Amino acid sequence: MQYMLLIYTDGEAGESWERLSETEQQAILAEYGAISQTPGVVGGAQLAPATSATTVRVQDGRTLTTDGPFAETKEVLGGFYTVEADDIDAALEVAARIPAARMGGKVEVRPLIEM
Amino acid sequence: MARPADSSLGLEQVFRDEWGRVLATLIGFLGDFDLAEEAAQEAFALAAERWPRDGRPANPGAWLTTTARHRAIDRIRRDRTLLEKTRLLTVPEATEDDVDHLDANDPDAGDADAAAIPDERLELIFTCCHPALALDAQVALTLRTLGGLGTDEIARAFLVPEATMAQRLVRAKRKIKTAGIPFRVPPDRLLPERLAAVLAVVYLIFNEGFGGRGELAAEAIRLGRSLAALLPDEPEVHGLLALMLLHDARRAARFADGELVLLADQDRSLWDATETAAGHAALERALALGGRGPYVLQAAIAAEHAAERRDWARIAALYAELVVLTRSPVVELNRAVAVAEARGPQAGLELVDRLELDDYRYLHATRAELLRRLGRTVEARASYERAIELATSDPERRFLERRLAEL
Repeated sequence: MQYMLLIYTDGEAGESWERLSETEQQAILAEYGAISQTPGVVGGAQLAPATSATTVRVQDGRTLTTDGPFAETKEVLGGFYTVEADDIDAALEVAARIPAARMGGKVEVRPLIEM
Repeated sequence: MARPADSSLGLEQVFRDEWGRVLATLIGFLGDFDLAEEAAQEAFALAAERWPRDGRPANPGAWLTTTARHRAIDRIRRDRTLLEKTRLLTVPEATEDDVDHLDANDPDAGDADAAAIPDERLELIFTCCHPALALDAQVALTLRTLGGLGTDEIARAFLVPEATMAQRLVRAKRKIKTAGIPFRVPPDRLLPERLAAVLAVVYLIFNEGFGGRGELAAEAIRLGRSLAALLPDEPEVHGLLALMLLHDARRAARFADGELVLLADQDRSLWDATETAAGHAALERALALGGRGPYVLQAAIAAEHAAERRDWARIAALYAELVVLTRSPVVELNRAVAVAEARGPQAGLELVDRLELDDYRYLHATRAELLRRLGRTVEARASYERAIELATSDPERRFLERRLAEL
C-alpha cells in the first residue's frame, strides 16, 4: 500500500524556525533528510511557503487565477512524503518522526488509491 | 448474531462463549470482517438447527469454526468476485458435503482441527482498538466482534439510535480496510501503548456499565478475563481485571432505596465475596509480576478501600504514585481526600485549593466536606451549593442536598 504523509505546520512555523539556532536548524534538516533515506519512503518534498502559491479554478470555460493558497487557513501544507508499506503502522511510525509533528504541526496519513 | 430460542442445551451460553473466538479465526483466515461475520452467523444458525437434533459436539468451537470456514469457501467458489476481498490465495477443495459429514457424536471430530485452529482473539482486539479508529468505533467494534453483542444491544447501551450504531460499525470496518489497519498483535516496540489503548476501551465499557447498565460491566469483566488468559505476563492486564472485579463486587451496596451510599456506610454483607476474592487474586498476580502501572495502582487502592480499617496513609501514598504517572488533577484530588483522612482536614484542604477543577463537582463536594470539618460553615455551604449546581444525577444531588441541610 502507498500512503501520503501530508505535513501541516501552524501559521507561525516561519517565525519559530527563525528563532532556532543554526545548530538546531541543521539538526532538524538532518532529521528530514534521514526520513527521506528511510526504506519505504519513496518520495517527498518541502513546499515553498504559502505566499508563493497561486490558485487556479475554471468556471464556465474561463480560467480564474488568483494569488495565494486556496484558503487562508491557520494550518499550512508545508511538505509531504510518500511511503510504501504493508500496513498503516509503518506509515504512522514515519509520521511520528517528522519534526513538524512535535513542533505544533500535524501530519495527515492518507492511503493512495491504487490505479 | 443468531441467538437460539432453545436454551435447554445451554446453547445461548455456548454461543456467547464461542462467538469471539470463532469470528477472530475467520477474520484471520479470510481477511475480511463482513465475510467472516456472515460465515459465522451461518455456522451458528446451522448449530442452532442441528445440535438440538444431533447433540452438542465434543468441541463446539472447532465444529463452528470448521463449519463457518466451509460455508465461506463455498460462497467464494460460487462467487469468485468475493476472492478479491479475502487473503485466500487459492480456494481449498472443501465442499458443503463435508459439513454433513461432521459427526456431532464423534468425540474426536474437530479435535484434530482444534489443535490447528489458532486463537486469534488478541489479533482481533488489537485491530478493533487501533488508534487510527475513533474511540467510539473501537468500543462498538470490540463489543460487536469479541462480545458478540447485537448492534441493537450496543446502541441501547450507549443511548444512540440503532441506525447510528450500525453506521458507526460500517464505517469502522471500512476504515480498517481502506487505511490498511493490520490484523495482528503489535510488535514489541508498539505493544505498551497499544495495550494501554485496549485496556482503556475495556475500562470504558466497564464504566458505562457500572453506572447501572450491569450487562456491560459483566461484558467488560469477561473481556478482561480473556485478556488475562491471553496475556498472562502483562501486569496491567491483571491490574485492570482486579480493579473491575473489586468495584463490581460492591455494586449491590452502592445504592439503598435509590439513594447513594458512601463506601464507609455500605453494608458489607452485600459485597460479592467471590468477586472480591477474584479481584484480590488478580491484584496479587499483577504485583507478583512487578506491576506498578496505573491500573495496578488503582486496583491496590480499591483493595485498600475494601479493608475493614482503611490505611489512609497507604492510600495517600498509592495516589501519590498514580499522580506521577497520570499527572491528573482528579487523581490529585483523590490524594487530597486520603491526606485529609490521614493527617486532618487542613492538610487536605491545602492540596485541594491548589487544584484548578472549577467545573468538577467532586472538587466542590470535597472542599465543602473539609470546610465543614474545620467548622467553616459559611464557606462549606457555598461549596455544597456549587457542587449541587454541577451534580449530574438525582441520587447525587439528593445526597449533596442532605449534607447541605445537615450543616
